[in-house]
Amino acid sequence: MRGWLNKQRNLLDFSLSSLSRRRGKTLGMLAVYTAIVFLLASVMLFSHAIRREAATVLAKSPEVLVQRMVAGRHDLIPARHLDAIKGIRGVQSAEGRLWGYLFDPAAAANYTLMVPTNPRIEPGKVVIGDGVVRVRSADPGDLMSFRAHDGSLVQFKVESAISRDSALVSTDLFLVAEEDFRRLFGIAPGLFTDLAISVRNPREVTKIAEKIDAALPDTRIILRDEILRTYESVFDWREGMLLVLLAGSILAFAIFSWEKASGLSAEERREIGILKAVGWETGDVIRLKMLEGLVVSLSAFLVGYLLAYAHVFHFGAGLFEPVLKGWAVLYPKYKLAPFVDELQVATLFFFTVFPYTIATVVPIWRAAIVDPDTVMR
Amino acid sequence: MIHLSDVRKAFNQGKSNEFWALKGIDLSVKAGKVTVFRGPSGSGKTTLLTLVGCLARPTSGRVRLKDRDISGLPERFLTDIRRSTFGFVFQQFNLLKGISALENVMIPAYPLGVDRKELAARAHGLMQSLDIHAKAQSNAEWLSGGEAQRVAIARALINDPEVIIADEPTANLDSERSKQFLGIVETLKASGKTVLMTSHDPLVCDTAVVDHVVSLRDGELVEAR
Repeated sequence: MRGWLNKQRNLLDFSLSSLSRRRGKTLGMLAVYTAIVFLLASVMLFSHAIRREAATVLAKSPEVLVQRMVAGRHDLIPARHLDAIKGIRGVQSAEGRLWGYLFDPAAAANYTLMVPTNPRIEPGKVVIGDGVVRVRSADPGDLMSFRAHDGSLVQFKVESAISRDSALVSTDLFLVAEEDFRRLFGIAPGLFTDLAISVRNPREVTKIAEKIDAALPDTRIILRDEILRTYESVFDWREGMLLVLLAGSILAFAIFSWEKASGLSAEERREIGILKAVGWETGDVIRLKMLEGLVVSLSAFLVGYLLAYAHVFHFGAGLFEPVLKGWAVLYPKYKLAPFVDELQVATLFFFTVFPYTIATVVPIWRAAIVDPDTVMR
Repeated sequence: MIHLSDVRKAFNQGKSNEFWALKGIDLSVKAGKVTVFRGPSGSGKTTLLTLVGCLARPTSGRVRLKDRDISGLPERFLTDIRRSTFGFVFQQFNLLKGISALENVMIPAYPLGVDRKELAARAHGLMQSLDIHAKAQSNAEWLSGGEAQRVAIARALINDPEVIIADEPTANLDSERSKQFLGIVETLKASGKTVLMTSHDPLVCDTAVVDHVVSLRDGELVEAR
């Protein structure tokens, strides 16, 4: 056992010294390899973390949303629908929500206006998201004015700003009182944007949705799972698009690494001959070259992955932000919760380390089975 | 110690450029002696050395090492015999560039799993005995011809083989360095090693340390003394 360990250590030491002998080639290979792992890992880590984030956020949202449809368009829903819904067995609670969008010409940005029920906002006051704070340089106590639906001016006093921790979902939020919301958009009392329903037994969600649909034929029912699926497909699509863009560089890398790894120089062939002549077995030579390939690919994988981790979770994934987060004026500034999926790491490892190591070994094997007497001639 | 009977070696057998390098060699090499294979270029002396040193297998005939027939052994077993029995000093020295002389000396012992400290001590000892210790940390490509050869000799001795095989050892050396080399051969012989060399250098063939000279021409043995 000790002899075996010594042998592995000797081979590893020698493979490191072999790599340092071809410093230029090794460093060049390592740099390109690391860059590819970094790009792929960044996309994977980012899209995975943001999908997880979306799922976490949606976990707190109501199971069922009911919206009224008029001529195929979303319309305001009357409060009387609430009574019909509350009468369905299994419904825990139902409440009307008021929300919408407001374009702010001063910032050239859209805000999401919402009326929170708990805690309620006092009339004339507003609580704003981090993005709104940034674009309007607004501090608590500042005044903000908007034109209402009838042209009159509605003024808000900034009460507070929402913490940046929840910026992913709150960056463009503009929380106002019910009275102010109705005044701004001219929505009569007794009308809501939609209805939020929570269900006692999660397994009954589909059944209850069917009952609401039957009771209120002019509505559409949106389930939380459907929203989650939509998010998934949106991020899948974006990730896919980015990967397609990266495919060119990945292909270039594949050709580059194959050429570098599989092409044996005359010097390397000579060295293999010398090693065999001085008593190395074919297996020893292959093991040595495999170790060299493994050292390069494993280092590139580790460095690339760590850089990608820092890029995504500490520097906000600056390189892919516009593509992966979507298009908006108010980009949220936030840090994603670090999350590493083992299967994802294994997949990336398999597709980067494995092919390179094989590409290194195949030509070596062909060279290593040559008779050792070639060095004598 | 080594016996060859009717050994033949062909290259490119069955092809239009088939060439018989050895055409039936019968020879015995005694243990603890210095034997030189002499002959002009293309006479088959290097080929003979590769067969004796288990670097290649004969096309036909028998090679026996201490009464064991090694001519038909698979590559793996030949490697095992080569590494434990033979040490090689090549004509071009064949040191690996970019690494130190010391590491070059240690290379043959790496696959044996010897402890690195112990191995380094052994390599230092050999380099000291060959008066090349001062160059231990120099890269192989920085060494002069004579220094490179002494490093190659140290490498050949690292696994403490019974037989040292040297191919044209003085071909790249001046007379002074050649004499130094023969001095080392004398020391090796005194320590009980068997030495096999190829050479057409009269300085080597006519020196007192050489016990036997085997002359070859066109792949055939013409004289043995």
